[in-house]
Amino acid sequence: MQSKLKRVDFIFSSNEESKKVLLKTFRKTREEILDELITSRLKGRGGAGFSTGMKWKFAKSEVADQKYIICNADEGEPGTFKDRKILDKALFKVLGGMAIAGKVVGANKGFIYLRGEYKFLVPQLKEGISDFHKLLKNELDFDFNIEIFLGSGSYICGEETALIESMEGKRGEPRNKPPFPTQYGYLGKPTVVNNVETLALVMMVCQVEAENFKKLGIHDSTGSKLFSISGDTPKSGIYELEFGMSLIDFVEEFGDGDTKSVQVGGASGFCVPRKKFETTTIGYKEDLDGDSLPTGGSMMLFNSSRSMYNVLHNYLEFFTNESCGQCTPCRIGCQQLLKGIKAIKRGDKSEEYLKQLLELTDTMKLTSKCGLGQSVANSFSSIVENFREEMIY
Amino acid sequence: MTDTVKIKIDGIEVKLEKNASILDAAKQLNIKIPTLCHHEDLCVAGNCRVCVVEQEGVHNLVPSCSTPALDGMIIHTMTPKVRKARKDLIALLVSEHNTQCTTCYRSKNCELQDLAAEYNIDNEVYLSVLKPSKVDRSSWSIEKDDSKCIRCQRCVRTCAELQHVNALDVAYRGKDMKISTFMDLHMNEVVCVNCGQCIIHCPTGALTERRYYDNIWDAIGDPKKHVIINTAPSVRVALGETLGFPVGTRVTKKMVTALKKIGFDAVLDTDFAADVTILEEGHELLHRLKRVFVDKEKVSLPMITSCSPGWVKFIEHMYPNYLSHLSTCKSPQQMFGALAKTYYAKKKGIDPKDIVSVAGMPCSAKKYEANRPEMKSSGYNDVDAGLTTREIGHMIKETGVDFLSLEETEFDSLMGESSGAGVIFGATGGVMEAALRTVYEVVTGREVPFKNLNITPVRGLKGVKEATIKIENCVPAFSFLEGVELKIAIAHGLINARIVMDQVEKGTSPYHFIEIMACPGGCIGGGGQPIPTNCEIRQKRIDAIYEEDANMPVRKSHEVKEVQELYRDFLKEPLGQKSHHLLHTKYTKRNRY
Ligand SMILES: Cc1cc2nc3c(=O)[nH]c(=O)nc-3n(C[C@H](O)[C@H](O)[C@H](O)COP(=O)(O)O)c2cc1C
Ligand code: SF4
Ligand code: SF4
Ligand code: SF4
Ligand code: SF4
Ligand code: FES
Repeated sequence: MQSKLKRVDFIFSSNEESKKVLLKTFRKTREEILDELITSRLKGRGGAGFSTGMKWKFAKSEVADQKYIICNADEGEPGTFKDRKILDKALFKVLGGMAIAGKVVGANKGFIYLRGEYKFLVPQLKEGISDFHKLLKNELDFDFNIEIFLGSGSYICGEETALIESMEGKRGEPRNKPPFPTQYGYLGKPTVVNNVETLALVMMVCQVEAENFKKLGIHDSTGSKLFSISGDTPKSGIYELEFGMSLIDFVEEFGDGDTKSVQVGGASGFCVPRKKFETTTIGYKEDLDGDSLPTGGSMMLFNSSRSMYNVLHNYLEFFTNESCGQCTPCRIGCQQLLKGIKAIKRGDKSEEYLKQLLELTDTMKLTSKCGLGQSVANSFSSIVENFREEMIY
Repeated sequence: MTDTVKIKIDGIEVKLEKNASILDAAKQLNIKIPTLCHHEDLCVAGNCRVCVVEQEGVHNLVPSCSTPALDGMIIHTMTPKVRKARKDLIALLVSEHNTQCTTCYRSKNCELQDLAAEYNIDNEVYLSVLKPSKVDRSSWSIEKDDSKCIRCQRCVRTCAELQHVNALDVAYRGKDMKISTFMDLHMNEVVCVNCGQCIIHCPTGALTERRYYDNIWDAIGDPKKHVIINTAPSVRVALGETLGFPVGTRVTKKMVTALKKIGFDAVLDTDFAADVTILEEGHELLHRLKRVFVDKEKVSLPMITSCSPGWVKFIEHMYPNYLSHLSTCKSPQQMFGALAKTYYAKKKGIDPKDIVSVAGMPCSAKKYEANRPEMKSSGYNDVDAGLTTREIGHMIKETGVDFLSLEETEFDSLMGESSGAGVIFGATGGVMEAALRTVYEVVTGREVPFKNLNITPVRGLKGVKEATIKIENCVPAFSFLEGVELKIAIAHGLINARIVMDQVEKGTSPYHFIEIMACPGGCIGGGGQPIPTNCEIRQKRIDAIYEEDANMPVRKSHEVKEVQELYRDFLKEPLGQKSHHLLHTKYTKRNRY
């Protein structure tokens, strides 16, 4: 059977071409580049799905003596390693994206916030950065300096404001927003934080131009997307696919013939049961409101041998430990959800208690300070509502 | 761009300064939004989330304390969505809490208890997620009970922003997140200076003072013991708050009556010792100036006051190489204690071993101070126990007296008489003003050149205050000071102490004499004072202090009869041999962590 999914081969394509793209792009004005980016409707690949062009526009409009570009390579979502692969195989595109961001918003300093576990990449990154600095200086006469900052190894530090706090030497706790990093970021200066993949895709927009970029994908989900595919699949790995695919097509290609559900977007994403495969599209769109899905790109398939109770239990344990713990709904809410489903399973609480817990996830969504606490509701409610019997018996 | 914004809250339009929060806006309209992590003295944290409100056009609720009011916003503070979420949040906090209101020291003065009651929280909704923990009673001053902590981080911000000590910090993540110390050490092993600011900024019973008043009840019940109490100036302007009087009420004489009813054998005045401090410290300053100006010796200037034990421990930790700048004078509490078991005992004919000397203080650091090993110059513990204003309030409540209608009584004698100069020790700038009233007169033979003796430049809540006083027409003994411009500074709150100490460290301090108090506003804002605290409350207590001063028949320390008698009959002269033995002390270098 012919695959219905469209493979894309941009991110890991030749870096030689990328160099030409960079030189070409630097001949354009800041406004031209920004227009192109906004027209392309490129959205951040770190999870929140915010328009990259708009983010840069906000940072550009700030008046400040110093601005920063930060590449978010914290990649803390379990089972995801797409950013690592990009840094390993396509560093030039990421650095190019950072330099273009620097030019557009008026920043001359960039950082790669690298997940602690990826320390082994540092020597090769340093070499790549050093070559890149030479290129910027010799061929573009552009003053832009990139440094690596090694993260402290906690999931929450991938949240952009916690990341900034951690870079400032403080405890990695998310800040209040507003102000947003584009207004008040690293050391109080306007800062653009972008995911590794987002920055690489900026180069794609510049290469193929917005109109062609938009031809990939549907509606507001344009371009290609890297997926980390894992779970009960014979083909686990990283794939660059056209954005906006239908889940049924996806399962047809990647499932093992017995797929009972797919977890889209990792622990903080949604669980889609078999009966909804047909109607679900992967992208920022009705079914998946895409709101605050950290580290997009994780696709986990479960077959009928899996207990969805165990899946949920694992996620909740993860959140209970990885929440920064500062805000009430997330710190205590996660503990209550975990303790609650255990109590129901044991029969200490009646199944009615699930309703109370679902209401609690509403409160968590409405009142948590950052995306972590806000998105626990996603996996919780989608698993509990679709696999209620598995929670109780 | 304009400097004001307009927003609508609960249907009412309100105009605000730019950068104001939604919470500020609500306050302006007298709309009450509950808060827990928010405190006026501290920067915004936005972590408890109980202050959430609904903003039209935004799906999630927004925290009113940390959300800036932007032009055109439409806010609802009490929709079903808001109420439900808030109630849920409070229930969550309760589920993590060791709810023991019947036995809790903060009961009826607890922000969590109030909110839980207002929202009628059902404790059965959620399972308990309380973590096992042990109460830390290692410190003489501070008791830390994590089981009552709601993790609002007010204490952390207090210790960092107001005090710059950073003894408390957030540790661990997720469910294990808690307030801890450097390497989880006990409170008595870290830099904590015992100021108690964290206590009065804590919304719950998680941080309290170590309480000793049960021992005092026992002593009072023992017929062999002569139990005396001296009360600090700031207690009399704040105690009323715990007993039903409005903030800023002076309850000096009612307090004396109540303490007598409790059964103290004598109720005496710390102000007396404050007046003694002025004589000792004033002469110490003059002595240092003489050694500098006349003998051309290298003597540490500026001289810095030492009445605040929180400040003393702070300098011992943070600037251990500058201890020679500290006045060698003990604090009034410790001077009082040393004199109580020598001078007072002798005059009254009581065996000092039978005297139990209690200090009623606005301060938690005084408990630690009383237990410093060097504070035994009478041959006994100079001070047997330091009680906070709050503890005294509790003791009075236990007696069941109706404080509001209590008759008034004067302090007992001996060591019960004092001056207005002694009273103003309670407010920032007060020690300086009291010292100047005496020193200026000793040096020139004239009263300080300020109307009604009110040296207003040293008053007020500015973090660091400075003044210059020109000395002219000296009496012959002090002719070396002729024409000297005496430069002075006053700092309160240890963050401000840092500012003046950094100058001392750099060698650029222009001052001769500096007053430093550990607590914001001075002792009236002390860590042992009634809760809550904020700028307005501190100002009202300060106003009451100066009112008390203005109403005193004697306004200068050296004019107090009992003080004159003390020197005539016992000490002989300031800085004399007896003084050195009883009233002066030395300091200890400590580590920075
Ligand atoms: C708990 C949490 C963890 C996150 N972790 C990551 C991460 O590891 N990498 C990442 O790029 N974004 C992460 N994000 C999203 C970032 O906050 C931010 O939105 C993103 O870096 C912006 O980049 P983008 O616009 O290119 O997507 C996380 C968000 C949350 C709430
Ligand atoms: S939602 Fe969770 S992770 Fe985010 S700030 Fe609150 S406690 Fe920390
Ligand atoms: S801290 Fe407050 S709520 Fe907790 S037991 Fe004490 S009074 Fe009750
Ligand atoms: S008593 Fe003072 S120094 Fe000690 S922890 Fe509290 S605020 Fe910090
Ligand atoms: S000890 Fe008190 S002030 Fe500190 S976090 Fe806990 S409840 Fe808040
Ligand atoms: S008072 Fe606003 S979040 Fe705590």
